[in-house]
Amino acid sequence: MLGPVVAGLWGTLLPAFGHLPAAGITGPSLDPFRDLFDWAGLPRAMLLSVSTGLIATAVSLLIVMLITAGWSGTRPFRLLERLLSPLLSVPHAAAAFGLAFLIAPSGWLSRLVSPGLTGWDRPPDLLIVQDTWGLTMTAGLIVKEVPFLLLITLAALGQADARRSVVISQALGYGRLTGWLKTVFPRVYAQIRPPIYVVLAYSMSVVDVAVILGPNTPPPLSVQIVKWMSDPDLAMRLEGAAGALLQLLLVIGALVFWRLGEMAARVIGQRWIIAGRRGRFDAITAQIALGLGTASALAVLLGVVVLTIWSFAGYWGFPDALPDQLTWRNWMRHGPGTMEALGETALIAGIVALAALILTIGCLEAEYRYGLHISQRGIWLLYLPLLIPQTAFLPGLQTLLLGIGADVGRGPVMAAHLVFVLPYVFLSLADPFRAWDVRMGTIAAALRASPNGVLWRVRLPMLLRPILTALAVGLAVSVGQYLPTLLIGGGRVATLTTEAVALASGGDRRAIGVYGLMQTGAALVPFALALLVPAVVWRNRRGLRHG
Amino acid sequence: MDKGLSLRHVTISKGGAPLLSVHHDIGPGEVLTVMGPSGVGKSTLLAFITGTLAPDFQAMGEVWLDGHDITHAPPHQRRVGILFQDDLLFPHLSVGANLAFGLQSGGTTTERKAKIAEALDEVGLSGFETRDPATLSGGQKARVALMRMLLSEPCGLLLDEPFSRLDAALRAQVRDMVFDRARARELPVLMVTHDAEDARAAGGVIVTLGD
Repeated sequence: MLGPVVAGLWGTLLPAFGHLPAAGITGPSLDPFRDLFDWAGLPRAMLLSVSTGLIATAVSLLIVMLITAGWSGTRPFRLLERLLSPLLSVPHAAAAFGLAFLIAPSGWLSRLVSPGLTGWDRPPDLLIVQDTWGLTMTAGLIVKEVPFLLLITLAALGQADARRSVVISQALGYGRLTGWLKTVFPRVYAQIRPPIYVVLAYSMSVVDVAVILGPNTPPPLSVQIVKWMSDPDLAMRLEGAAGALLQLLLVIGALVFWRLGEMAARVIGQRWIIAGRRGRFDAITAQIALGLGTASALAVLLGVVVLTIWSFAGYWGFPDALPDQLTWRNWMRHGPGTMEALGETALIAGIVALAALILTIGCLEAEYRYGLHISQRGIWLLYLPLLIPQTAFLPGLQTLLLGIGADVGRGPVMAAHLVFVLPYVFLSLADPFRAWDVRMGTIAAALRASPNGVLWRVRLPMLLRPILTALAVGLAVSVGQYLPTLLIGGGRVATLTTEAVALASGGDRRAIGVYGLMQTGAALVPFALALLVPAVVWRNRRGLRHG
Repeated sequence: MDKGLSLRHVTISKGGAPLLSVHHDIGPGEVLTVMGPSGVGKSTLLAFITGTLAPDFQAMGEVWLDGHDITHAPPHQRRVGILFQDDLLFPHLSVGANLAFGLQSGGTTTERKAKIAEALDEVGLSGFETRDPATLSGGQKARVALMRMLLSEPCGLLLDEPFSRLDAALRAQVRDMVFDRARARELPVLMVTHDAEDARAAGGVIVTLGD
């Protein structure tokens, strides 16, 4: 797991200091950094990277914590929980397109209220999507990170004995939300810290969402790095590598800043707890949080709806709420292309997710058989590939692969996907796998089943549902990968995601609708199957219906 | 060859602190009851005998079953049957398949089916082969778990608080059923429990830990 990351960083470090033998340039020199600092857009690009990352992380964390504090265990909360899987499986790129189609001046929301409320018969001249400050991009990140953080929080809640703590604090006169924040939040936060850091690192260095929703002049640093790295002039790679190194430093700096913020919050929080206020604004805060959470869920769901409409749209003039006619023409036109990309996507995702699943089950089973324990440090190691910005080590990995003459293409792309898919599959399966009652294994062994027999005949069938869910998570992560596919594939591996993002600059909404919907389907269908298959296979087994 | 289950100078400790020591021979058809409050490591002793002791425990001594030293044998080759307080029927298998899982391999499909039907018949559950174990009552589950274990033809039987989840009326009935069958098959039985009535009903030697 660490191999590709370290190799990639090494492959970034060398050219950043002017050493790229493949292009006939040998270093060391500081020229790449001089070029980088001469670029006029740099301060703005850096600022965008830092501000979008920090704001997206802080806001999504705030929304998730307040919703959980104010609503966990209630009916609206359960509805949100049920929406979680579909929300999670919508790929970042598709969600970003959906958001753009919703809130753009000519987007669906503006059409729904025009001209009735606004009087607009032409789209107003406002820069909403790709705004200079990256606010829309930040919003696009938030709507996708809220479900992710909510999922992680739900998993942590199970171990925090949250319900009883809230009951106790309510009995002491605290409001539900304040009581939760003062008693449960510290425990939950300690558990969800690694994924929060992942969200921060990811939001700072994301490329696909930035290409779709982020500003252009200058773009966020990560996008500019990819531009440099894809330049036909090999010398530009040096500047790109220097930028990648700068990106890494920015992410490390932001993580340190976040850590300091945690410490400050701890001090302030303790004072707040000791002060003993019972929470006067709980009700209104909870309402606002629920409103924000609902809005973020709706942004993703309505986004998929508007992608669907566009994919079937014939002529759709401005203030009309719906197209004049619905047609199959867009699907006929883009069908063959999407089918080809779907095949490529499915092949890569299938092999990668299966490999990740086998490795994960192997690790967990070894842990069980030999009584090993994964320490907290081991958990961080697992998160490391997700914490190092993709833009920092993938360009280096690509340069290295080119340098040793390895063919770019499908094989290396799969290997690169595996680095990002494996942690998610592991994190998804680890808890249910470990929660399995080991006495079942003792019984089976006492009935003379060998260790492999226990695994294949008892443990895996009993864990069918979490295993299929982990597989679906792996497929969805692989389907959504943009940068590894683009860079390691050398532009020659065309998946639904690379094709969809490539359409961003063209602005052909019908084509984007078709590709975005296919991308969403490729991630969503496995999740549906992961629910459906165990329900059918175990339809006569009540003991497995909720497990 | 010595029939029976022998624990020879067995001492189990955790982090250097000794938890329990047992030295005892259990003859065929005899019952040894190990009593003590929860937390003294009664179940740990059973884990040592089944070969599933967690790595943070250290154990010394030997376990012999029917003249074989099984101290270091892999769990699935020890021929030690165990019943827990939960029935632990495999939830993904039908009642019949649970029994087939236990039944010694070999024989034609027809013969195996006949043996399973016979086992169900013996505990008054004829025709239950295709049932989902989750739909059975507590007493029915306990009976299936017992027959599943016996079909694997163990040479010794371990009971880990096996009756504590059953209500009073059922309890005596299931308990008699288990002890009758163990005696009929001349199995040495080691039971851990904190229930004095279970210990009395077992009718064998009682060892108390943790005093």
